Amino acid sequence: MSIRLPRRIEEVVVRPTWPGTLPRTIEPRNLGVDYDTDWARSRLARAVRHAVTEGVTRPVVAALSNPTIFGAEHFEAINGPMIFAANHASHLDTSVVIASLPDRIRHRVVVAAAADYFFDRAWKAALWSLTLGTIPMERNKVDRKSADLAAQLIGDGWSVVIFPEGGRSPDGWGQEFRGGAAYLAKRCKVPVIPVHLRGVRPVLPKGGNTIRRHAVEVRFGDPLWPREDADESGRKEDARRFAARIERSVAVLADEAESDWWTARRRAASGATPEFRGPQASPWRRAWALPQSARRTRTDRPKSSTKPW
Amino acid sequence: MSPRPGFVLEVDRSTPPTLFWHGEGFRFERLPEGSRVIYPQEPIAAIADFDAAIRHALEHPLGASKPLSQLLFSGMRLTIAFDDISLPLPQMRAPDIRQRVIEAVLDEAAGAGVDDVVLIAALALHRRMTDDELRHALGSRVFDAFAPNGLLWQHDAEDPSGLVHLGMTDEGEDVEINRRAAESDLLVYVNINLVPMDGGHKSVATGLASYRSIRHHHNARTMQHSRSFMDRHNSELHTSNWRMGRLIKDAGVKIFQIETSMNLDTFPSQFGFLQKREWEWSLADRAGFHATRASLERTPPRLARQIFQSIRSPHGPTSIQAGEVEAVHDRTLENVFRQQLVSVEGQTDVLTMGLPYICPYNVNSIMNPILVACLGLGYFFNLYRGQPLVREGGVCIISHPTPWAFHPVHHPSYIDFFEQVLSDTTDPVEVEKRYEQAFATDPWYIHLYRTSYAYHGVHPFYMWYWCAHTLEHLGAVIIVGGDRAAVRRMGFRPATTLQDALEMAEDVVGRDPTVTHVHMPPVLMADVG
Repeated sequence: MSIRLPRRIEEVVVRPTWPGTLPRTIEPRNLGVDYDTDWARSRLARAVRHAVTEGVTRPVVAALSNPTIFGAEHFEAINGPMIFAANHASHLDTSVVIASLPDRIRHRVVVAAAADYFFDRAWKAALWSLTLGTIPMERNKVDRKSADLAAQLIGDGWSVVIFPEGGRSPDGWGQEFRGGAAYLAKRCKVPVIPVHLRGVRPVLPKGGNTIRRHAVEVRFGDPLWPREDADESGRKEDARRFAARIERSVAVLADEAESDWWTARRRAASGATPEFRGPQASPWRRAWALPQSARRTRTDRPKSSTKPW
Repeated sequence: MSPRPGFVLEVDRSTPPTLFWHGEGFRFERLPEGSRVIYPQEPIAAIADFDAAIRHALEHPLGASKPLSQLLFSGMRLTIAFDDISLPLPQMRAPDIRQRVIEAVLDEAAGAGVDDVVLIAALALHRRMTDDELRHALGSRVFDAFAPNGLLWQHDAEDPSGLVHLGMTDEGEDVEINRRAAESDLLVYVNINLVPMDGGHKSVATGLASYRSIRHHHNARTMQHSRSFMDRHNSELHTSNWRMGRLIKDAGVKIFQIETSMNLDTFPSQFGFLQKREWEWSLADRAGFHATRASLERTPPRLARQIFQSIRSPHGPTSIQAGEVEAVHDRTLENVFRQQLVSVEGQTDVLTMGLPYICPYNVNSIMNPILVACLGLGYFFNLYRGQPLVREGGVCIISHPTPWAFHPVHHPSYIDFFEQVLSDTTDPVEVEKRYEQAFATDPWYIHLYRTSYAYHGVHPFYMWYWCAHTLEHLGAVIIVGGDRAAVRRMGFRPATTLQDALEMAEDVVGRDPTVTHVHMPPVLMADVG
């Protein structure tokens, strides 16, 4: 299935790109991290979001990717809020994660979304806040405002979905996990649930403008609690190290997705988990080494003509 | 918020396509990475209380001039001349600046008990204005008070009894202007400065002059020696006009010059996207642009022309100054440059421009191929100070449909010029030498100029001379999307797309040329360092 807007309609609805040679001189007000999302957690907005999630998001996700969920039992015993930290390869990731959460969490979760991308226009900010429960998160620098908001929501019992890579993967391989999720977990003393999404990139990769059906697997890992005690070397675990631990957990889930649980466990124990961020090599070799589940094969490409003219 | 100045954008991968005017339509073009696009300044604030500003200017004249109220007296002959239909562009939303200024002058005259007042449209060799056009420029109050009584005249450069020869300049130039204006006790000239070329001594020395006088500065040699004719101090055209203006003054003609400048608020809100930078277009702008473009593609050319010609500009006045001609004009230029000047570093190999549907000589008319050349190679190319935007031997790429079409009433001599003259030679010097006299003195063209609504027989020659400096300077001219036969007739090269044109330009200027696009209108004047 391919969806592509006619060029002229696209030129109308899609905002023009900003020249890279020109500094942005007009800072939108009440947008970005300054956008107030309180209204999107009102009773009415939550009711609308509930209807959208159940009536649109989940059916669409099911139709496009029919996700298979593994490991949801890991966090069933946890009653309070938690942070879901997932790898990020596609715009569909948010919807897939939300659709895969148990009912009790699904309707009390917010999604940390890039303030510069999802909150740069009033209509986008309103749309995503209402339908997905997004909150603005500064991804290029530490911002007290967005961290305070997330911490406050966790304190109010909201779980948070975060994509610690800070943006979608440009080539299908993972990127370094930033410290936002780890910092919040430490600050609020809540667990992080590592999440791995397999097969989402073929549905809608970064830069893609068509959507194709592809089976998706969602794996939840064991809850990771921030450590307060010092490790063997006497160092306490700071947010950066905790972020690295979360990344390793997601890497193990990725290995599990490509092999099996037992193999992944043994590799993890021996430090042989395949590189989450892919080989440090030229772009073509990285593309070459990409697992099949992350590739987008063009099965629907029209056959080239065999006619000689 | 103060208006943002004009600037030069360097195109990169994320720069959205650039809007090109294309006659009564638009093109959306991706320029090569590294190209420059020159954007005009945003409109500066208009004067809030313009009527008060007019009164202040009339009572506080510049230079060696008394206030208007002291120049008016009962029993005097007062003549008020004003710029014709060629200014401003597009025509201004009512009330026109001329109306507001002339009403203020007439208020003063009435107060002083002046009975003998005549209004004259300073046509030079342009076509006469229709009653509707005069009514729009002057307002109903002025038109209804003067036109029915025969006191609203249009300058006739071919009326032997209506002209007076004031003498010859040191350079042997005849100075012959409108008799009524010359023999009045006071000549008040009401001007609109759209581009730096307008105003100053040119108002009277050209606007109220005869062919015998105008031919001394409207010729190929003068234009080839103007660098540019938009920069008064480096313009032979203006030097000649200034000589004539001083002779007019020495002959005893008392002139009270009133000049106005306007901001760049050129298009009404429904065409707001034309005044914005493409990456700042709102959803409404994008929808407006694409709806307009799609509609125009399905609109017959005649109807599209009517739609565009009906646009009334919301231009706001930014200054008014009155008094002695040269002092007034210097102040006017400061105000024009304050709005229009954009600094640009260095020249370019290839200059691109999109031409709109209008130039000073086709208001309510057809933009014929000669006017396309005049607007692109005359006006747009010459809107520089210092040095031309494009280097010597460079290429100019123009986007315009350039139809082989002429308005039979407004431009009769253009048709013959295009058919007979340009099919023989396109060299301005040769054109002048071999054909000008015959067209300028043709009785039929003179008859049409005087009694119909035709431009003077010599006018297409002037349009071609307007390009003389440019044709001498450039290596090639390429017109994108134009009528191929019409383009070739003028000695230019046709191209289907901008990409084709850029490829063709490489044959002239070499591989990987530098490209600069002037994003106008609204107009800008490049200060090229």
